[in-house]
Amino acid sequence: MLIRRAPRFTASEITDPKLYLSRRELISGSLATLVLGPGQSEGATPQGQPLSATRNAAFSLSEPATKFEHATTYNNFYEFGVNKDDPSRLGGTLRLRPWTVQVDGFVHKPKTFDIDELIRLFPLEERVYSLRCVEAWSMVIPWIGFPLASLLKRVEPTGQGKFVEFTTLLDPSQFPAQKPGFFGYSSLDWPYVEGLRLDEATHPLTLLTVGMYGKVLPNQNGAPVRVVVPWKYGFKSAKSIVRIRLVSEQPKTSWEKAAAQEYGFYSNVNPAVSHPRWSQADERRIGEFRRRPTLPFNGYADQVASLYTGMDLKKFY
Amino acid sequence: MSRPTRIALKVAVWGGCLAPLAVLGHRAWTDDLGANPVSFVTNTLGDWTLRILLASLAMTPLRIVFGLAWPITLRRLLGLFAFVYACLHFSVWIVLDFFFDWPRMWADIVKRPYITVGMLALLSLIPLAATSTTGMIRRLGARAWTRLHRLVYVTGVCAVLHYLWLAKVGVTAPYWYAGVLAVLLGVRGWDRGRRLVRRRRRAAVTATSAPAGS
Repeated sequence: MLIRRAPRFTASEITDPKLYLSRRELISGSLATLVLGPGQSEGATPQGQPLSATRNAAFSLSEPATKFEHATTYNNFYEFGVNKDDPSRLGGTLRLRPWTVQVDGFVHKPKTFDIDELIRLFPLEERVYSLRCVEAWSMVIPWIGFPLASLLKRVEPTGQGKFVEFTTLLDPSQFPAQKPGFFGYSSLDWPYVEGLRLDEATHPLTLLTVGMYGKVLPNQNGAPVRVVVPWKYGFKSAKSIVRIRLVSEQPKTSWEKAAAQEYGFYSNVNPAVSHPRWSQADERRIGEFRRRPTLPFNGYADQVASLYTGMDLKKFY
Repeated sequence: MSRPTRIALKVAVWGGCLAPLAVLGHRAWTDDLGANPVSFVTNTLGDWTLRILLASLAMTPLRIVFGLAWPITLRRLLGLFAFVYACLHFSVWIVLDFFFDWPRMWADIVKRPYITVGMLALLSLIPLAATSTTGMIRRLGARAWTRLHRLVYVTGVCAVLHYLWLAKVGVTAPYWYAGVLAVLLGVRGWDRGRRLVRRRRRAAVTATSAPAGS
């Protein structure tokens, strides 16, 4: 005889694993808050939290900073998409913890740093730099970080490495534009790779950056750690870095692979060398109406021009 | 097509073509043009110029493929709106972007291929707009007028090239516009070929039947 009995529970009553797993995360997160105190919780997202740093006046422009709202909504960060508002709209998918940065290559002491260790490795400085995009617009941004030279010294370069290669995180689940589009189309060859000559990387202006405007670096600006090289076009300053490697050969950068005649390895800001399709003689400072002339090396010629003595900057653009 | 339908269609075109300007005006009024307003306004006007231009180029193919008559009544209006948007786009470049810096703009027109073709696209629209009135059609004669207005194919190609050449790596929109233009011009080409074949066949038929009659 068939005994019909109502099921003890329906499928809809079963808790979604995503829910109870996120509950665990929440509990461990709040435990972390208890142990570490607010502001240091490992589970919570650090985005938007204040970050204290001492202003380094010697390395700061006296010009007013671009509005925070503009600096965080008008971004080029191709991992989120090619439009200026893509990074701020879609930036939420980037997970900032756990995060490690592998520093290796031609060094005596290669090491993989946890991001929270890296941030506390050296005293944080605030520096107000001008940022000149290759698209002929510019901003003034108070960055927070420490000289990349300090970190490179810590891992003890062997002397064989002549260049430094930066690699951005490769993870299509966090960077939507890394997923191939129609016909397998992709804007760039992922992961994003950038590079500097060793003397450029260890120049005192080159800043390993973890914050801006007194706060932890927003996702759309390259969280949790990026580099800022103020005398070069913005794309040279790699974002969301997972690896810094000392290499003997000049790295092949993502933009060189995409369009070498437009985006050279050096890409120093230079009003005398046009982009093949537009002039670099002037720029629009975000927040200003009229264009202003672009300065050689973005105004940092006094400090960096000597790195390129004897080089034909029209050839090495 | 009845008179009310025709009026309704025209009103829809007017509304559709003025809406982007209204949105732009509202955003300007509420200070919602983003971090780079000049670039935003230029790009928005450029986008709509191209869209409306392609819409005007789509009217004839709609007739060819679906045998519809009404699209042709909207062609002139769409073409004139494309011209208006092109002029606004160009004015923003002169006034807001370069603030009447004529030598600098001239240098760009000569040196930058995307600006050169953009200028060509705009210039080619001027004779078309000037001869768009019924009076001008009559004065030129249908044949000459039609021949002159084939210039719009040059406009379309130049406008799409303008966008293709200025867009940075990874921006796919200009390829979509190029695809649409290719389809619209392709339909015309196919139709022309088809008619040519038909005419030749008819000529062949009359040629073979002619001796029998004489």
